[in-house]
Amino acid sequence: MTVPRACPECLRRAQLLAHLAPYIEKIATGAPGSRSPELLRLSNEDLAAAAAPKVATRVLAGIDAIPEKRLRGDLVATQCWACCRHDARYPPGLHDAADAPWALIGRGDPALLERLEPQATVTVVGARRASAYGRGVARELGRELAAAGLIVVSGLAFGIDACVHRGALDAGLTVAVLGCGADVAYPAAHRSLWRRIGERGLILSELPPGTGAWRWTFPARNRTMAALAGMTVVVEAAQRSGSLITADLAADLGRDLGAVPGPINSRASAGANDLLAGGACVVRDAQDVLDAMLGPGLRKVEPRGPELEPALVGVLASVEGGEQTCEAVAERLDLSAADAASALATLEALGYVSCSLVGVYSRTMLVAP
Amino acid sequence: MLATAQTFTLDGLSARPVRVEVDVHRGLPAFSVVGLPDAAVREARERVRAAMVNCGFEFPLRRIVANLAPASLRKAGPGLDLAIATALLVASGQLDLEQLGSLALVGELALDGSVRPIPGVLAIAEAARERGRTAIVVPAENGPEAALVEEIDVICLESLGQLTALAAGEWRPSRPEPMQLRLSPGAGPDLADLRGQRHLRYALEVAAAGGHSLLMVGPPGAGKSLAASRLPSIMPPLAPEEGFEVARIASACGRLGEGLAAGRPFRAPHHTVSPAGLVGGGNPPGPGEATLAHRGVLFLDELCEFRRDSLEALRAPLETGWVAIARAGSWRHLPCRFMLVAAANPCPCGRGEADPECSCAPLAVRRYQSRLSGALADRIDLLAAIRQPSAEEIGGPPGETSTVVRARVLAARERQELRLGPGRCNAEMTPAELRESALDEDAASLLAESYARRRLSGRAHDRVLRLARTIADLAGAETIGYEQMAQALQLRRRDQE
Repeated sequence: MTVPRACPECLRRAQLLAHLAPYIEKIATGAPGSRSPELLRLSNEDLAAAAAPKVATRVLAGIDAIPEKRLRGDLVATQCWACCRHDARYPPGLHDAADAPWALIGRGDPALLERLEPQATVTVVGARRASAYGRGVARELGRELAAAGLIVVSGLAFGIDACVHRGALDAGLTVAVLGCGADVAYPAAHRSLWRRIGERGLILSELPPGTGAWRWTFPARNRTMAALAGMTVVVEAAQRSGSLITADLAADLGRDLGAVPGPINSRASAGANDLLAGGACVVRDAQDVLDAMLGPGLRKVEPRGPELEPALVGVLASVEGGEQTCEAVAERLDLSAADAASALATLEALGYVSCSLVGVYSRTMLVAP
Repeated sequence: MLATAQTFTLDGLSARPVRVEVDVHRGLPAFSVVGLPDAAVREARERVRAAMVNCGFEFPLRRIVANLAPASLRKAGPGLDLAIATALLVASGQLDLEQLGSLALVGELALDGSVRPIPGVLAIAEAARERGRTAIVVPAENGPEAALVEEIDVICLESLGQLTALAAGEWRPSRPEPMQLRLSPGAGPDLADLRGQRHLRYALEVAAAGGHSLLMVGPPGAGKSLAASRLPSIMPPLAPEEGFEVARIASACGRLGEGLAAGRPFRAPHHTVSPAGLVGGGNPPGPGEATLAHRGVLFLDELCEFRRDSLEALRAPLETGWVAIARAGSWRHLPCRFMLVAAANPCPCGRGEADPECSCAPLAVRRYQSRLSGALADRIDLLAAIRQPSAEEIGGPPGETSTVVRARVLAARERQELRLGPGRCNAEMTPAELRESALDEDAASLLAESYARRRLSGRAHDRVLRLARTIADLAGAETIGYEQMAQALQLRRRDQE
């Protein structure tokens, strides 16, 4: 496996953003039109001049003076790697955006980068203050989409984002795009989720390791999320929420846009419902997303599980047939209690069945091969 | 004239020595009892007076003071009657009992002078031996119980009048035959009555083999109570010293009269039981159901209906094997090492969500089931989901008998004792001992994978290891294999997500 590469010039751009972060914060927040930081389209010199006219030359000189060794050493020290826009593995979707990050700094398995093609990637975002309905839908959607083989991108924020990641982790791959350095677990409450995504998925950021989060970095990472994916789905968003920025950006890039309908009298869903009224695709389940991205009926949501021994197939069939306790399975198949218990535990470990608090088994979505 | 007699009063499960001093001197006729007596002790005056007169003695019409020393100890119960009467007889010159200095006397008097049985004679006889008494005078009915204690002479008294013959040396009763402590279960309820239900049988066997606590969930009438009441019959027999502990508790509660039930105790308190009723309490503190179930089974039917504070009170005792009750002026430590078995319905209506007849609202079901993962349920290792047995099963042949199952349980327990030390079982394994348990590669990877996929919490991880160890012991295996680990994962009690 080859490690993705980044040229020093692109790494310096990341450093420049980190150095200018407080200045950009000053001019980007509160000003009209700040929702999409147009600033990020600018070249290094123009950006520095626009954000911090008084210290521009000093900052630029300082950035240029950072030796390449230190740029790379920082990455290695924080278990990160970088991939710049000149590398073949740079996600192709990002080339469509004029203001795309020059370099992506990531944690996790870099081999996943090559699979981040827009037609195989979906971004799911939503409100931080989410209702139970929204959280449940987000988790289920995340799981089904990941199980269907799509890479699920979200932002690791509270509420919908975290539920999407959790759902996706249950069944497949997920990518978190952060508004801070990739080695910073922000929000801190999501540290364990951040670690799990790092182990089994990918964490991306355009900022160098160690950079904290600023208010402007969130709309900035939204443009990355929108560009990475072929479709952006909004689950529960209020009017004027950050998720709608992502939706706007996706629409600007010509990507598909979907929204999960919410109650019409709920403020928390007003933004998502507005998107639907404006022509976004109605998302009721993962199948709707697949139909919109790949064409109607081209792929079915059918998560497939690992191979099963013949004995286990019989047990699985009896659970499907409505036998719900270990007792009933043993009785139906005339197995000893110990054998039935061991078969059910194996099926549960493989993810084919789940067991409730009172010992009642039910079938999961996983389809046997 | 002054006379003293040695007696004992029951304090919780143990006996405390009490010295009865009776002084008879001139003055207005009166009889007073001093030294922190409770109502029953104060009433002894009337019983003693009537018993003496009705046995042909004379009740002295003089000033009588009976002092119970130590004065700081609260004396309870009618067991002091005999000692007061004896001391009074000696003090008034009607009885010349030389041996009084080396005797201990306990017993309640009837008005006709006969001696009635009292609770706690076993503990009292033990205490008398420890205080260096050579003989103890007990009510005749308590004789077999007192005779359990060796190295002390037991004199059974039927009536106060016999004291004269005893003092004169004309009558010396023979030592009563000690009561039989039946350590292994006899012809009680048998596991063969449980027809079909192989998973439940299996869970019972594992629970008995490792001393694990068990939760049974199923519709009413599926056989949960029946199964629980058969559990003592498949558990290993009590060790002699364990049998003695059980007898001592039964004696202190006055339940040893008709002899000890064979085998391990089985207690099934009703779900309205108060915390004090469950773990012991009151003032002075007495033992509760948990202590009565010591070395046996405590069965909580309808776990979700129990008062939350009652269940909370059971938590610490379940972990330590002791109940500590502190009251102003007294402090008790009562043993309660029992196996917890609980039963619950799957939903408020009892049918279970899977049954189309179930009409419970989903929220009501969740609220009901949330009580199954409370603080007490956290201490339960095993879960057995039970369904209504089919007609063929009920009409079918009886299952394996308790004797057959008990033989397997015993073999598994022997392996555990070899590994952990005498009297210990897998449920009591410390985390350090758990880490030492040998797993083969497949079992370890199955456990690690379940843990990594967040299907297990840290606590559940250890619980599964303990269960797997027991299942391996039942199978006679040194190392835990894949099959055994998988069975343990299936049998474990589930936590709420």
